[in-house]
Amino acid sequence: MPEDLAKLDLSELRQALDEKQVSSVELTTHFLDGIKKLNPELNAFITITEDQAMASAKDADNFIAGEGQNFPLTGIPYAAKDLFLTKGILTTAASKILENYIAPYNSTVITKLMAQKSVLLGKTNLDQFAHGSSGETSAYGPTKNPWDKTRMSGGSSSGSAASVSAGIAPWALATETGGSIRQPASLTGVSGWKPTYGRVSRYGVISMCSSTDSPGAMARSVKDLAMIAEVISGQDPKDSTTGEHEVPAYSKQLSTDVKGLKIGVPKQYFLDGMEDGVKQKVMDAITELEKQGAQLFSVDMPNTKYGSLVYAIVCPSEVSSNLARYDGIRYGHTTKEGKDLLDVYMKSRAEGFGDEAKRRIMTGTYVLSAGYYDAYYKKAQRVRRLIMNEFEEVFKTVDVLLCPSSPNVALTLGNAANDPLFGYIADQLNIPASLAGLPALSVPCGFSMPKDGMAPSMDGLPVGLQIIGPQWGEQKVFNVGYAYQQISDWHKKRPQI
Amino acid sequence: MLTPEEVKKIAVLARIELSDAEIAKYGKDLDAVLDYVAELQQVNTDGLEIVSQVTGLENVMRLDAPELNEIQQEIMANAPAIKDGYYKVKAIL
Repeated sequence: MPEDLAKLDLSELRQALDEKQVSSVELTTHFLDGIKKLNPELNAFITITEDQAMASAKDADNFIAGEGQNFPLTGIPYAAKDLFLTKGILTTAASKILENYIAPYNSTVITKLMAQKSVLLGKTNLDQFAHGSSGETSAYGPTKNPWDKTRMSGGSSSGSAASVSAGIAPWALATETGGSIRQPASLTGVSGWKPTYGRVSRYGVISMCSSTDSPGAMARSVKDLAMIAEVISGQDPKDSTTGEHEVPAYSKQLSTDVKGLKIGVPKQYFLDGMEDGVKQKVMDAITELEKQGAQLFSVDMPNTKYGSLVYAIVCPSEVSSNLARYDGIRYGHTTKEGKDLLDVYMKSRAEGFGDEAKRRIMTGTYVLSAGYYDAYYKKAQRVRRLIMNEFEEVFKTVDVLLCPSSPNVALTLGNAANDPLFGYIADQLNIPASLAGLPALSVPCGFSMPKDGMAPSMDGLPVGLQIIGPQWGEQKVFNVGYAYQQISDWHKKRPQI
Repeated sequence: MLTPEEVKKIAVLARIELSDAEIAKYGKDLDAVLDYVAELQQVNTDGLEIVSQVTGLENVMRLDAPELNEIQQEIMANAPAIKDGYYKVKAIL
């Protein structure tokens, strides 16, 4: 198989498969070989589904050989964050409590991809239960950044980001709750899409914070993301929070015309303490779009600062409710020491949950407990309304908001906990849009040196431009991302590994 | 400042057995979170509705129709202990 075929974007892969220049078996073998070679170093995958992948690829090749019309993703391999239930396949959420859990059914998104005869390569690593933004809370060890293996890939979708960045998967399913797609996409130099809340079904995706959980994707370009979005979006009777909104042909409606586009640049998203190189690269990208005819507006969003405070209450509340299902009885880890039923609950959960899950469960249980619910949870949900209203107001005057996806480039592994930037400022860039259910992208926009320095042979680490749109404004963010990728080639840069 | 007894009570509500060292640790963490979010109490939210569904959906209904789903075995296969097709649990009292 020609080596460069594997570097093609999804629409080109589609064409190559349709024209029989390459088979799905050849493509799948190529990516599986890459995974087997690089995964021991990157730790991007928890489970490699080689046998199932080869069987799916053969099935896809038979389908392609037949008379019918191929689907957009027929025969194209992908990876899935290990938070998506995959029938008959280990699904761990990177936790110990689910270390032996074989999913009894498929998530809706996986079912849609199976219907297209896509090929699942394996399940990717993540922060345990998606609680984290460094990939380091995984019970299976941290994912390494393909640009510099001493650094993190970000999180929680660490393995999905690293696998696309390293070229061992052409695209990957990921999930967002408060930055878990945008931030790792930024840190590994790939394109990431966090959908409007309810655009993509959450059915069969292990729950974290149900009111912001948004399954999405990471890929090599915005065009690829638009293609994926057409396949995985849509109303699902099994997830009553999915919207009735029809799914447009996003990829066919992509436009490079940004003349007259109103770009809002919120000053609260360019903070002191952010890395200068990151700020600079993001401003350069915004200037490029201005040169193409977009208009810039400085916008004031003073309620942004409350986003991470609201999240600090809403997220653990929902986490504590969602993790209540792990009882050591129906599935998951169970203790060997339990004396009676209550003791089985108490010990199974103590043994099975990691530190961060326990912390969030404790916080959530406290703020939801009698006497505190009004003061904390209800108050937070009112402030959340304030944040939503502010976005609504701003989108009356601008089409999209542009800002950094992360305040820093990838940090060295082990340094997240000591870096105040990593918590507060990072949250400030990502969480408000999550709380308001807005669609957003992260697209590569250059490289910047990390503040702790790196080998002089390197040109720095990837920086991500964030594009935020109004609810259901997927087409708007895709168009801006696509337009930018037509005048830049940062998304085509790949690490040497 | 939360007392160790208060933290212990939360842990029992959350059904997680904690050691004394963990009670001290999560107590400290909880205090830190409550400090962190204290600023929210100062925000004027008069007249603002709480957000209960972010895209504005209300009372989404579906037909309450039974459906055959033959995955009982796959579901039960994940249980640590079963007997005669039922989940087996320890004595309640």
